[in-house]
Parts: sequence; C-alpha cells; structure tokens
Amino acid sequence: MTVLGLDVGRLVQLVRKEARQTFRDPRALRVIFMAPILQLVIFGYAVTTDVKDAAMIVYDRDHTTESRELVQALTAGGYFRVASLAAKAEDLADALDHGRAIVALEIPRGFQGDLAAGGRASVQLLIDGTTSNTATVAQAYASQIILRFGQQHSPLVAQTAGTGAQGHGGTGLPGVDLRVRAWYNPNLESRVYNVPGVVCNLMMLMALLLTTLAVVRERELGTLEQLMVSPLTPGELIVGKTLPVVGIALVDLALITTVATLWFAIPLRGTLATLGLTSLAYIVCGLGIGLLISTVSSTTQEAFMTMFMFFLPAMIFSGFFFPVENMPVFFQYLTLLDPVRYYVEAVRAIFLKGAGLAVLWPDVLVLTLMGGGILWFAARRFHKTTA
Amino acid sequence: MTARLSAGRLWAMARKEWLHIRRDSRSLAMAFAVPAAMVILFGYVITFDVRDIRMAVLDQSNTTQSRDLVDAFRSSGYFRVARQLTSDDQISPLLVRGTVRLVLVIPPDFARHLAAAEPAPVQALLDGGDANTASIAINYAQAIVTSYSATAVLKGVPLPVPIAVDSRVWYNEDLKSSSMIVPGLMAAIMMILSALLTSLTIAREWERGTMEQLAATPVHRLEVILGKLLPYLGIGAVDIVLVAVVGGVVFAVPFRGSPVLLMVTGMLFLVGAQGLGMFISASAKSQFLATQLAMIVTFLPAMLLSGLMFDISSMPKVLQVISLVVPARYFIAATRGIFLKGVGLEVLWGQALGMLVFALAGLGLAVHAFRKEIV
Repeated sequence: MTVLGLDVGRLVQLVRKEARQTFRDPRALRVIFMAPILQLVIFGYAVTTDVKDAAMIVYDRDHTTESRELVQALTAGGYFRVASLAAKAEDLADALDHGRAIVALEIPRGFQGDLAAGGRASVQLLIDGTTSNTATVAQAYASQIILRFGQQHSPLVAQTAGTGAQGHGGTGLPGVDLRVRAWYNPNLESRVYNVPGVVCNLMMLMALLLTTLAVVRERELGTLEQLMVSPLTPGELIVGKTLPVVGIALVDLALITTVATLWFAIPLRGTLATLGLTSLAYIVCGLGIGLLISTVSSTTQEAFMTMFMFFLPAMIFSGFFFPVENMPVFFQYLTLLDPVRYYVEAVRAIFLKGAGLAVLWPDVLVLTLMGGGILWFAARRFHKTTA
Repeated sequence: MTARLSAGRLWAMARKEWLHIRRDSRSLAMAFAVPAAMVILFGYVITFDVRDIRMAVLDQSNTTQSRDLVDAFRSSGYFRVARQLTSDDQISPLLVRGTVRLVLVIPPDFARHLAAAEPAPVQALLDGGDANTASIAINYAQAIVTSYSATAVLKGVPLPVPIAVDSRVWYNEDLKSSSMIVPGLMAAIMMILSALLTSLTIAREWERGTMEQLAATPVHRLEVILGKLLPYLGIGAVDIVLVAVVGGVVFAVPFRGSPVLLMVTGMLFLVGAQGLGMFISASAKSQFLATQLAMIVTFLPAMLLSGLMFDISSMPKVLQVISLVVPARYFIAATRGIFLKGVGLEVLWGQALGMLVFALAGLGLAVHAFRKEIV
C-alpha cells in the first residue's frame, strides 16, 4: 500500500524501530517526558517580572504617627518589606552598596508638621538601579503609594474634596479619576503571560533535540548508511524519522498544557483544536530546523552546539522575555524570521484571549509556510549529504 | 602515580588542548563570536523601556476638556493614539488582536463633572496579558491624568500635591537595561564555555578511547584537568575583556570598580563551572543525557535563577532557597557590584569567598570523577 508515493508498510517498520530505540532507555524516557514538566514548573516560577517583597531600608527621622503610617502604607500592598531600620544617613548608602536593600526611604524631621500645615512635605527615595526592571517598577509603585498617602492625609485636599464619595478604587477627589481595568489578566500577574511562553520554548527545544539526535546518532554509529542501502526511499526515511518526534512533541504539549492549566491555573480560553493545529505547524518548523542542523553536523557535540547557536537568538527574538514592540526597529524586522515569535504570539492569544483561527490565521499561515519551506530545503540537503 | 606535578607535562597538556580547540572552527566561534553576539543581542533586545504604547480613544464627551486630556496622552511621548473609536463594540476586537494595548474611554458627562468639581471618572481598559508592560503603562497613564488634574483648575484652586517625592536612582541613573544585563552576561558566557569543554574535550576523549591513552602516560590526573582548564581560562579572560569593551563602547555601560577583582572572580567562577561540567559528563554515560543534564543543571539556572533577568526576591521561597546554591547568583552580584557600584573586596568579600569555594569544589569533583572513570 502506498500513500503519496510512500510505502506504508516500510514506514510503519521504521517508525516502530525508532520508537523502540527511543523507549529502550528508561533514562531517556524520563528526560523526554519528565524534563519538560520539571522545567515548566521551575521556570514558570522563576520567570517573573512582578515586584514583590522588595527589601527596603527606612531612615525615619520624624518618628511620628504619620511617618510610621507612611511606612505601613508602603508595606501594606506586599510590594515592599522593611528589611532594616537605619540609625544614621550612612546606613542607607551602605545597605544599597551591599545589596541588602534595593529601596531606601528617608523621612526628614518635620514631615508630620509640613503635612499638617498643608505645606509641601517631602521624602527621599533612593533606588538601586542595577536591576533596572525591578527598579523601574519599584520606583513607580513607591511614588504612587506615597502620593496617594499624601492626598489622604493632607487637610487641604480634604477641604477641597468636600463630600466626594470614596470607594470603587476612586480617590473621591475632584479632578479626573482614572479607573483602570486590565483585561485577560486582571491581577496583572506576569506568570499568566510567561508560562505560555515557556511552553513554546520547551516545544522547540524538544523538537530540535529529538530530530537532530535521531539522525546524527545513526550517522555517528554508521547505521545511517545501512538505512540508505535498505529499500527505504529518502522520503520514507525522513517521514519515518520525524513522525515519532511529532508524536512525542504532541504528548509533551498535552502534558505541559495540563500542568500549566492545573498547576499554574493559567486560563485556557481558546479551543484545544486551535492549540493543536497551531502547534502542529510549529512542530514541523522545529523538525525542519532539526533536520537541517543534522545535515551540517557529523557528531552529537557539533549538532548540540549548532542547535544552541540557533536556539538562543530564536528565544530572545521570540518576544518571550521582552515584548517585540519594545525592541529597536531593525531587530523588530529580524524577529519576522523567527518561527518561535509567531508561535509565542499565537499561544498567548489562545490561552489568555481565547483567540480562534479567525484572528490567528496569519500566524498559522506563516508557520505552515515556514515549516513546509524549511522541511523541503532540509530534505533536499539531506539527500545530498547522505547520497 | 607520583604526587609531584610537573610544569612541563602540564604545559604539554594545555598545548594539546589548545590545538584541539583551534582545529575546530565551530568551537572557536562558540568561544569568541557567541559571547560578542550575546552582548549585542541582549544589550539591544532586552529593554524594559516602554515607549510609544499604542492606544485607542473612545471620546464620548467630545469637549475641549476631553480633547485636552487626549492631547496630554499624545504629547507625553509614552502613548501613540492609533485609533479614534465611535462605539463600545469596537474595543474588544482591538484588544484581542493586540492592535492597541490601552483604550481610554471618556464618558459623556466628563466635562460636566469636571466643571462641578466632582470626581470625573475616566476608564482605561488594558491588555493585561503582558503584566510588565501593562503595569508600566498604568503608571504612565496615572501620572498623565494626575498632572492633567493638577493643571485643570478647580474653582480657582489647583489640586495640591501634598508630598513631594524626591526619588533618585543610584548606580544606573537612566535605568538602562543594558547596564543591568551586560555585567550579568559574564556568568552566562562562562557557563557556555564550560558546556563547550564538557561536550567537546571530555566526552570526545572518552568516545575515541584516547582517555585511556592519557591514563597510560605518566601524566597526573590533576595535570590532565588543569591542562584542560588552562586554554579555557585564557579564552575566558579574553571573553571578559571582550564583554567589558563591547559593553562600554556600544552600550556605554560604566565600569567603576577594579578590573583585577573582576578577572580573579571570573577565573574562579570559570574553574568551578568547568569542574562541574567535567563531573556531569563523566557521571552521565550517554551523550544525550550529558547534554540534557548540562542544560538543566548549569546553563538554565545560570540564566534564570541567578537574577540575570529576573529578580530573585520576587520568586517563591522554594526557588529563592534553590538559588542559594546557584553559583552564578554570587558571580552576578559581584560583576554588578564591580561594574555599576564600583565597590571592592570590602563589600564583595562574601561573593569572592563563594567563588573560591565553588572553584575548589569544582576541581574536587572533576578529580574525583576522573579517577572513578579510569579505574
């Protein structure tokens, strides 16, 4: 029986051989199915851009109810915690130098008096800028909390405010009251955004690793030539080598999706069909690239290194860590060549926004075209290098 | 086996190793091109500066006041008004497709509330998917609205600002991401070098059976390990200079501390990482496992659990505890201290001691693994 010019009987034999070879080693089995889950759990927790419990050193020179309330207001939201209290001004610089605190707050003498008199009370905030992302967010949070504290405690504002209604997140003050609502991720947890990104990268890593090693191992052991002299056609060889990888990758996808939704409580708002279809196109891309790498590598080490050189930039350009739109324009164009980018975009939309093919068809189309193109090119090269 | 080490034999080992590296163009590229490329890539691409956030406006008020508010957003430089909407049902498709990140809804009675000196609610709908960008966008929006409120005179009395926050950022005054990333990258690069050694020199010697030849020579096992390390220490030193120069020239990352301290801690870290790598490659029998293990045990923690990109104190307690045994964590604290804070041993002695312990532990593991395999 033949389908698309491929002999099904021979294909089944090859797939069986591949499966047996892969599953023979229980340790390899563990790597294939356990490692992705383990990585998802660890990195799902590690990859966070939230600011929580940032260490703060406080130098309170006012020692009044108001100054203590201000410190309480800062720690109440869970963004900051008081790591230590300074006894003199030098302690602040010392704590920042040693990294014992990333925020230093100095409340000057007379703070309460200035506040009560309606004059301008002032506080000083020093921030360790070495981790710029945390510093940016911490600075914004702290300024906002202090500002709000001031509005609530200033008698002058209370006067002007009159009977302004409190609640609903509003300040109750005259003037424009901005009410913010974040869709898809109301608590603005970075995990909800990052875990689907981790899923994308693990899928790529698996597809690359399995395909490359399946081919390079045979070449290293010299058994690839044995396969070439068998009645298998090159097309059958490629399909037979990659089909098991597709199967394993889909099982991995199911596993990590389950962990992401059950363990991390990431909402899966889209349909499984959309996720599966998009992933299939993406896996084909990964296979093609893996096959391509295997044609330029004669040993496992070489393959591993080449894979690394591809994977690292692919990960950075995917927008997984950092939004593509914040990159310099030149790099934004470069990301258009990165299959991971389309998949990250699509997977996030499927998980968080419940997007369907009606919205995602451009991404899926690009992935399919890329996958087909790369696979075709890799297959051609494969012919030449093995012939 | 004599316990005495010979400088001649050590030198011969190192030379042999260098010849191996030089012959293989791919590993040379890995040793020099990848670090340079990583600095440039990470330096440019990793940015937390959020600018030109695409927004849409649904202005149901359509008054001078509401247009002024929109202008305040536009002229802030943080937002770009991409769409003017006319009805509610246009909002959802824009956010789903990611065409805009923020939709500002100004209700019909906005100007009336403002004139009556009442709270005038305005709604901001955000794509919260990317929590980081979203929270930065919220802060910008709040700041714009607050300053708009302050200038909009209410009954002749401007809204007072009761507390002035004098906020200053130290060490990295402009909050540039590249200043944060470039020093930290040293750790990632040292880890790549050690992965290279692991996969290239040790595994290959085993595979080709030349390790037994080595064992048959009078060379001491410490000589083998040190000899294999030396060329990589040389490459590591060049890489450290390379990263510092590229960082300084291309990204203007300041270098405020002592180059000697940087070099010493870097070398110690490299020795530790390579020892760990040798240990892994000797204990995992198959190459597939060795590469996977090296990724899981060394490289990924160095990237993700070290504070290179993600703040450790925001992680769950369990991971914070795990990160205590990630050597890259201490090395990154040291490089940031040296580059940005300009502090020396008086502050960084703990980190330097940590690197020393790591180096000794790495060497010990490597020697142990080597003996185990030969017998």
